[in-house]
Amino acid sequence: MKVLAIRSKTFRESYKEDIRLFQTIWIKVWMGLFIVFLSLLPFLGDPYVVYLVNISSVAAISALGLNILTGFTGQISLGHAAFFAIGAYGTAILASRFSLPFWVSLPAGGIVATVAGLLVGVPCLRLKGLYLAMATMSFGVVIEFLVVTLDGLTKGVRGIAVPPVKLFGYALDSNETLYYLLLSVTALCLITASNIIRTRVGRAFVAIRDRDIAAEVMGVDLVTYKVMAFAISSFYAGIAGGLYAYLMAYIHPEHFSFLLSVQYLAMIIVGGLGSILGSVFGAVFITIVPEFIKSFAEGLSRIFPVLEGRYDDNWNIAAFGLMIVLFLIFEPKGLAGIWGRVKTCFKNWPYTY
Amino acid sequence: MELLEVQSLSLRFGGIVALADLNIKVREGGLHAVIGPNGAGKTSLFNCLSGVYRPTTGNIFLKDREITGMKPHQISRLGIARTFQNIELFANMTVMDNLLLGRHVHMKTGPFSGALFYGRALTEEVHCRLKVEEIIDFLEIEKVRKKPVGSLPYGIQKRVELGRALAMQPNILLLDEPVAGMNVEETEDMARFILDINEELGVTIIMVEHDMGVVMDIAEIVTVLDFGAKIAEGSPQEIQANNRVIEAYLGQE
Ligand SMILES: Nc1ncnc2c1ncn2[C@@H]1O[C@H](COP(=O)(O)OP(=O)(O)O)[C@@H](O)[C@H]1O
Ligand SMILES: [Mg+2]
Repeated sequence: MKVLAIRSKTFRESYKEDIRLFQTIWIKVWMGLFIVFLSLLPFLGDPYVVYLVNISSVAAISALGLNILTGFTGQISLGHAAFFAIGAYGTAILASRFSLPFWVSLPAGGIVATVAGLLVGVPCLRLKGLYLAMATMSFGVVIEFLVVTLDGLTKGVRGIAVPPVKLFGYALDSNETLYYLLLSVTALCLITASNIIRTRVGRAFVAIRDRDIAAEVMGVDLVTYKVMAFAISSFYAGIAGGLYAYLMAYIHPEHFSFLLSVQYLAMIIVGGLGSILGSVFGAVFITIVPEFIKSFAEGLSRIFPVLEGRYDDNWNIAAFGLMIVLFLIFEPKGLAGIWGRVKTCFKNWPYTY
Repeated sequence: MELLEVQSLSLRFGGIVALADLNIKVREGGLHAVIGPNGAGKTSLFNCLSGVYRPTTGNIFLKDREITGMKPHQISRLGIARTFQNIELFANMTVMDNLLLGRHVHMKTGPFSGALFYGRALTEEVHCRLKVEEIIDFLEIEKVRKKPVGSLPYGIQKRVELGRALAMQPNILLLDEPVAGMNVEETEDMARFILDINEELGVTIIMVEHDMGVVMDIAEIVTVLDFGAKIAEGSPQEIQANNRVIEAYLGQE
């Protein structure tokens, strides 16, 4: 009897180890080094790099949300920017007009976006694939329109100036001071999302994506979980939007166009559908790529003077489109898939086969 | 005592009659086989029992409770689990996760407690893993626990699907052609598992199967369908000697 008790205890311990987020000591070491590197980054120089990391963090949280809906649950959305916008405007209005502090206005923006997600999720229940893409896209267009039209609330095309975050009496009004706050919120979002995905709710999402009828026969209520995916996804989008409002200190309807929704979709496809880490990879990649295209365009125009001053957003749109196509054809698992292969390669090294 | 009772069940798809005025009673603890030529309506019967199809007319009772027209996820909560003729596993999930999903109805973790993954959510996860591990041991699939099921051979996938249904701790297990496409050895293993589940775990089993060897060996009672109607019912010996059954099968060839 006693032996049995001891055995089951070690079993239990080993399962706890089994479900730990960071499995091996090496992953912990690498994570530690990475965190140290990130914390020192603002002191290492280029403020533009800090700005890019900030923008990438915001994008990562939003892409994470879309990945939960599209990558994990299989409900495609072309209107993700709308939830991002709702969060941004929710937070901005609460912070500017009602002077609410950061720790109230940010979650409140997230909650407003969640409510919007619930409202969109319910009528979308019966839609799949292309039809769902069209419905969410229309929602995005409607929100874009409303943001301009309801100018009593949103100040329309004049935009809203957002007061800086105040923490412990300090105003975080620069990229460097916001940097740590943004990274912390991003880490929190990534951890909670990973936890949701590796427990009951996440399994239900993936089951719905893979085989909805079998999922239902196993006891998963499709209605509840499909709507829940919408709600969770828009919560993260809303939080990202709120952070964006603080980071930019000013928001304008133009920031939330249909192109942004396409960009989020590009992030999760390039990063890896159904991968938390992939959302981060994709967000960083898609944020940085335009920078390279810009330098590339500048380089080109030095060789071909006709191109002088021709670089604009359309170059980026074309690049995103090209990348989506290339990844779908050659690496459907995205950067996360490549990362996984590199990791196994190292794990097994030097026994490559 | 009857655990499941089907009363004059009919199912039509436009002009096609999939089930015609079907009456079946399944004893608690029984191992009931349903046989019949292709297209006889066996899978349709399972789809009605598990709520995937809504019957055109007729009633289904689980003990005293009517379950006709309930949704699949409601029926699964009442203790009816099933496997599918064409494997319906979640191909991108590991064996472990597929089985854990089978425990969905026995778990409570929602998005909030899941996000924190602390306290009750963690305890529940660990507890369910232990339960699932028992099933993995029982079905002898320890080696593939962490493999995505899509990468596994057909015979193993069939076993995993049985495991996923078992993880639901059902009172009734519906098995749609559990040994179809298996070799002799795999078939014997599967037959042994089915018997063990029925006898040792006390789970009532309804099994659709074409392999007459297996049916004759392990079934206690056999119902024969043809064109959606019941043409015979009895012990395996009685069925083997039944002229209408022989005709139905010969007519098909
Ligand atoms: N969803 C459906 N739509 C139309 N016809 C169907 C559907 N499901 C089953 N049927 C028809 O019902 C009949 C019985 O099919 P099925 O139950 O699969 O037979 P079995 O499992 O005995 O081979 C067949 O004629 C089949 O074509
Ligand atoms: Mg069938």
